[in-house]
Amino acid sequence: MWGIEDVSGDPASRTGSVDDTPSTRSGRRAPERLVRVGFIPLVDMAVLVAAAEQGFAEREGIRLQLMKDVSWSNIRDRLAFRQFDVAHMLSPMPVASQLHLGSNPYSCFTPFALGRGGNAITLSLDLYREMQALAGLDGSEGALANALALKQVVERRRVAGRKPLVFAMTYPFSSHNYEFRFWLAAAGINPDTDVTMTVVPPPLTVDAMTTRAIDGFCVNAPWNMIAVEKGIGRMVATKADIWPSAPEKVLGVSLEWADENPETLSRLVVALDAAARWCDAPENHAALADMMSDQAYLGVPSDLIRRLFSGRLTVDPDGRVRHVENYLRFYGQAANFPWISQALWIYSQMVRWGQVAHSEANLAQAKAAYRPDLYRDILAGSGTSVPLVDSRVEGLEEPFIDGRSFSPDDIPAYVEGFPIRTAANAAVDE
Amino acid sequence: MDAVLGLKLASSGQVPDHCAARAFTNLTKDSQFGQRPLRVAIIEENSIRAAILVDGLREAGILDVEVIEAMTHMLRRLSIIDPDVIIIGIENPSRDVLEQMFQVSRLVSRPVAMFVDRSDGSMIEAAVEAGVSAYVVDGLRKERVKAIVDMAVSRFNAFERLQRELVEARSELASRKIVERAKGILMRTRQLSEEEAYALLRQTAMNEKRKLVDIAQSVVTAASLLEK
Repeated sequence: MWGIEDVSGDPASRTGSVDDTPSTRSGRRAPERLVRVGFIPLVDMAVLVAAAEQGFAEREGIRLQLMKDVSWSNIRDRLAFRQFDVAHMLSPMPVASQLHLGSNPYSCFTPFALGRGGNAITLSLDLYREMQALAGLDGSEGALANALALKQVVERRRVAGRKPLVFAMTYPFSSHNYEFRFWLAAAGINPDTDVTMTVVPPPLTVDAMTTRAIDGFCVNAPWNMIAVEKGIGRMVATKADIWPSAPEKVLGVSLEWADENPETLSRLVVALDAAARWCDAPENHAALADMMSDQAYLGVPSDLIRRLFSGRLTVDPDGRVRHVENYLRFYGQAANFPWISQALWIYSQMVRWGQVAHSEANLAQAKAAYRPDLYRDILAGSGTSVPLVDSRVEGLEEPFIDGRSFSPDDIPAYVEGFPIRTAANAAVDE
Repeated sequence: MDAVLGLKLASSGQVPDHCAARAFTNLTKDSQFGQRPLRVAIIEENSIRAAILVDGLREAGILDVEVIEAMTHMLRRLSIIDPDVIIIGIENPSRDVLEQMFQVSRLVSRPVAMFVDRSDGSMIEAAVEAGVSAYVVDGLRKERVKAIVDMAVSRFNAFERLQRELVEARSELASRKIVERAKGILMRTRQLSEEEAYALLRQTAMNEKRKLVDIAQSVVTAASLLEK
């Protein structure tokens, strides 16, 4: 049973003096501001762990208390009910909150993204072998070819009258949901009518696949590789294949807390910026993996986490390894910058799949979820280079899997350009 | 805002059972005035906690209660049960599954909202403290829901107490077993009588200002190391 009680041993208190801890300011004041951070145990929380364990928070006079939780609903609710001050959140969650979506739409925003990558789509080995047989895959194919092969299987199953495949993601307002759908639809599979989309909490995904309750899932690390190494799953796509620039997790902040603690928020962002830079340096990966393997965080072997950092992924139980460039990125390429254009891409997918209707008012709400202005104010003049604009055309340098770029200036046109989408409001009413 | 509401929840989260029961008397009366009886679904894997909750609801006159134990088929079960209120432990990861379900409301007949009313901070606080979360059909009268949440909070707390006592009893038993084993080891290796072995453990504990069971554990650990 995980719960608040489970946060045994405040991680900050275990922070020892480690050699490569950046030198601390002389005459710094004692750690005094407690910041409670809710998190779900996933590799993409690395920046938070490093901030707490490696002295970055302490240097800013912050005591970070990392509190493990089991569901994104809890993360949202505990932030709303002030049991957390800030939280490790899925990048679409602040957008959903501003749009009043979900059963407890409490407004929050993000001034800082915790990094990119880590997600992957894994299909059951049986399903993948069926795809191989039908489409003649030899295992070296890319994500789009895999999706097209899946399309053939979906068609054959339909003709044969077999029940639709069941695919899981972790939350309705998650990068996993939108990425899984994006990947399926890029190959002509309608996620609403051709397959069944469901939610399975990350730690249960592997079990759900083992018991054949689901045929595939999209979840963050380490669960994909664990499924492969257990011999039950085949990784067929990663986040980097679908949209490499996509923000994955963000720091969710409640409006009230930010209003009451502007100084602490700004120090926290400075600490996270330094921690993120540290996390990206390969020479720190061994230490980071050791920290994260602790039961208080991931509780999985350090070696597995290191391999994930390296981007060398075992994708097939037969031992095939794929090297994914930038599989996890914590700092470089402005990975922490909360691009308005990325909030709006998320919004475009919410519109695309009928979670919200497009309107100018909703567009404005979605924009309010990401606060590049705060990021810029806090980190201007620091060693971190801050983008000069808040918004850009997405998918130019790092293309989306479907090859279309996203211009935040015309969302209706972008959404209408998708051959597969849910008609407006279709998901809301019967 | 809610002048009618006769039951103010203690902010401590400790709601005596009889309070909740009284609330339900009102509630049953409500339903006699034309509102249909409430149907409650409990999502709970722990059968003891589920039973404690069902029992509490029954006592309060809510008989239409269904327990869903497993995540598999949760969606189908819920759409068949079609509850007015869903109670689920906050530490249950299936809350995210529910969230999805409410999004795709084609499958559940009516929209459902988390926690009745934001204005009642103390109730929410008590619920979250106790580990209760509840989803409620939109438009359901606030006091009816409040009574159910109050009851769930008190039952969750009661279950917590029970668990704690159980853990304490278990650890008591385990301590006794360790002391017995340590005594046995000392009797065997140092040819002591049972009383002498016990006195030695006790004396050592006093000298080292540690608990008897800790000393006993050290003896057992040391002996197991030496065995090889």
